[in-house]
Amino acid sequence: MAGCTPQTAPVGAGTKIKVAIDPVTRIEGHLKVEVEVKNGVVSDARVFGGMYRGFEQILVGRDPRDASQITQRICGVCPTAHATASVLALDDAFKVKLTDNGRITRNLIFGANYLQSHILHFYHLAALDYVNGPDTAPFIPRYAKNDVRVPKDINDVAVGQYLEALEMRKICHEMVALFGGKMPHVPGLVVGGASEIPTQEKLVAYAERFKKVKKFVMEKYVPLVYLLAGPYGDLLKTGGGYKNCVSWGVFPMDDKGNTLQKRGVFTDGKDYPVDTALIKEYVKYSFFDDATTGLNPREGKTVPNPNKAGAYSFIKAPRYNGKPHEAGPLARMWVTNPELSKIGQEKLGVKKMREIGDAAFSILGRHVARAEETVMVANAVEQWLSEVKPGKDTYVPVPVPDSAEGLGLTEAPRGALLHYVNIKDKKIANYQVTSATIWNANPMDDMGQKGPMEKALIGVPVPDAANPVNVGRLIRSFDP
Amino acid sequence: MKDEQTLPDVQQTKTGVSRRTFLKAATGTAAGIGISQMFNPALVSALEKALKTHPVLWIQGQGCTGCSVSLLNSVDPSIADILLKVISLQFHPTVMASEGEIALENLYAVAEEYKGKFSLVVEGAIPLAADGKYCIVGEMNHKEITMLDMTKELGAKAGSVIAVGTCATYGGIPAAKGNVTGATGVMDVFKQFGIKTPVVNIPGCPSHPDWIVGSLVYLLTKGLPELDDSGRPLLFFGENIHDNCPHLKEYDAGTLSEKLSDPKGCRIDLGCKGPSTFADCYKRKWNSGLNWCVDNAVCIGCVEPGFPDASSPFYEPA
Repeated sequence: MAGCTPQTAPVGAGTKIKVAIDPVTRIEGHLKVEVEVKNGVVSDARVFGGMYRGFEQILVGRDPRDASQITQRICGVCPTAHATASVLALDDAFKVKLTDNGRITRNLIFGANYLQSHILHFYHLAALDYVNGPDTAPFIPRYAKNDVRVPKDINDVAVGQYLEALEMRKICHEMVALFGGKMPHVPGLVVGGASEIPTQEKLVAYAERFKKVKKFVMEKYVPLVYLLAGPYGDLLKTGGGYKNCVSWGVFPMDDKGNTLQKRGVFTDGKDYPVDTALIKEYVKYSFFDDATTGLNPREGKTVPNPNKAGAYSFIKAPRYNGKPHEAGPLARMWVTNPELSKIGQEKLGVKKMREIGDAAFSILGRHVARAEETVMVANAVEQWLSEVKPGKDTYVPVPVPDSAEGLGLTEAPRGALLHYVNIKDKKIANYQVTSATIWNANPMDDMGQKGPMEKALIGVPVPDAANPVNVGRLIRSFDP
Repeated sequence: MKDEQTLPDVQQTKTGVSRRTFLKAATGTAAGIGISQMFNPALVSALEKALKTHPVLWIQGQGCTGCSVSLLNSVDPSIADILLKVISLQFHPTVMASEGEIALENLYAVAEEYKGKFSLVVEGAIPLAADGKYCIVGEMNHKEITMLDMTKELGAKAGSVIAVGTCATYGGIPAAKGNVTGATGVMDVFKQFGIKTPVVNIPGCPSHPDWIVGSLVYLLTKGLPELDDSGRPLLFFGENIHDNCPHLKEYDAGTLSEKLSDPKGCRIDLGCKGPSTFADCYKRKWNSGLNWCVDNAVCIGCVEPGFPDASSPFYEPA
């Protein structure tokens, strides 16, 4: 429990205890969480983003085509997502129409990293909240009482799968690299399509690897997630948050804008089509210049002020139609509402995602949504493999426009991702990124509304303040 | 926990894994240009000795975790073997089970106990502007710890430092033109603050897993590898990409690719920075040797000290 002197006094009714975890580990980046615990549950929460690099400032003045290479370096877990958002923004600005093979090859690259990212997240980032690793570094030290409830035999199975999953995620990266060039950070996603034309030989190599990964997903990953619902069933009842969802949609299935995961917004119990003009980013509690608050990414400005009084995070607070929204697999599955996998239908006794109801908005519900989405993406990969044409061109060369604007909307494995580019004199004049974790891990906005992760923390049980296990579980359920 | 009873020993009594058995297996059957092959046959005993006395502490600053993710793609030895049997990884923010103060207490305790012996791996740049506030890496006793604080304190205590990735070596993308955070690589931070601990630079955006594992093992078993003027092991960064490129013959014959998806031809007109880049990607390739940037698109010179400014625009000839 970081930044917190051990609380030895008994927790009486109404006593407030402050608990801070810094660093929150097994995530991408630097995050701190501070909660106030009252009567054994979280009564208040703040999430702090502790790092700023300034990509938006670094991009100004560069050749627009460089953006897809540079922005990938925002995140080494989901570089393909930033590359995708960036090339979509550039495609839009350059007014280029992809070939079918270009679109499908991009999906094969990005889809393989979806599989990688979800497997990595569940096993290597989240699972150690539910099972014990081997008794050696880096799996120790752990919390003295870490609330691991699975029996030894299941724990052993899970640890075995943890190691097997390391191999599986490596294989997924090989799939990315076959057409993406290398991974992390793919050279192969470029404005105008994909730079490498799939050959028959390489498609076979991709398909062989995919078969192993799909088998692992269906026979190990998905069943293990549902298995945890037994001993950890209470975690289906906590961590709901606002229950508002944004999904920009991902994986174009044709050239008409239809996507595998649909584009849509779910606010206060109702569905809406996406209107990007309704996105505004607030900075009252973020380390950015107050004059830049409330802007749409199209006119967005990123001016850091690390000494701003009252601010507590380097993350801006984006709001859709003035309200905080959660992003990620749960948001996408909720917006799209697909049929669940066979095993999901059997275990949950329902057919479609929304029939899960409120339990979907929970710590474990987010893991269920992520696992179900992995099945959905795996099925789509099979479809793309049947559609891709070996030897047919994947790339359309286009000149850099003198001046243009472009918007790229996609979904990183961890949530809604927007890139905006403004080109003047063939150079980047403005570039704005509203990334997935910014939707989830943001601080309070100017109106005093907490960020989605902060809100979801409130009500989470922390019976033992010296071992705040559920706080980490909630944070990681979002895959920040 | 000194001498007979070292930290890894204590931890490994419970796993029942024999390091000797593993290491024999790992080093005896290397294929291709696997890392372990380079150090055979002395590796087994040397690594065993090193493991007992040289824990590894891995810290992250202004980075993207991409070098850590790249390390997970290690083929020979596999990452599972690296984690459980090759190195004693006592701190790694993305991988370790612990969080918060428990994790930091362990970090500083190990650094103190193995002072002058442990290896510090740094991933990500260190921002110097605004007293280091652009990167907060944790908090102890209600006090924020910046990446700068942590690098200085642990850097001075370490036996050796491995800067992994172009951010940690030369500043990389966080240090590109336009940045306001004062992002700086380890070597320059050490110069500025008078820290004398030797630094090995393993650049790359990201670093190749073989470069990381190979350098780490070399350092643990043989000491400092031979370095070039930019602090990079010549073992991995001694060869020019263009001069060794499989497309060189096409270049000599005047066969130049006209667009990115051309399967044939030298990429020089498309902006390939192979001629100004030194690394063994051309033969090692990436992701189990399946592909590399030049066959797929172009080299953007990501291992060079000037990256990205020196090699951008990426898609225009130099």
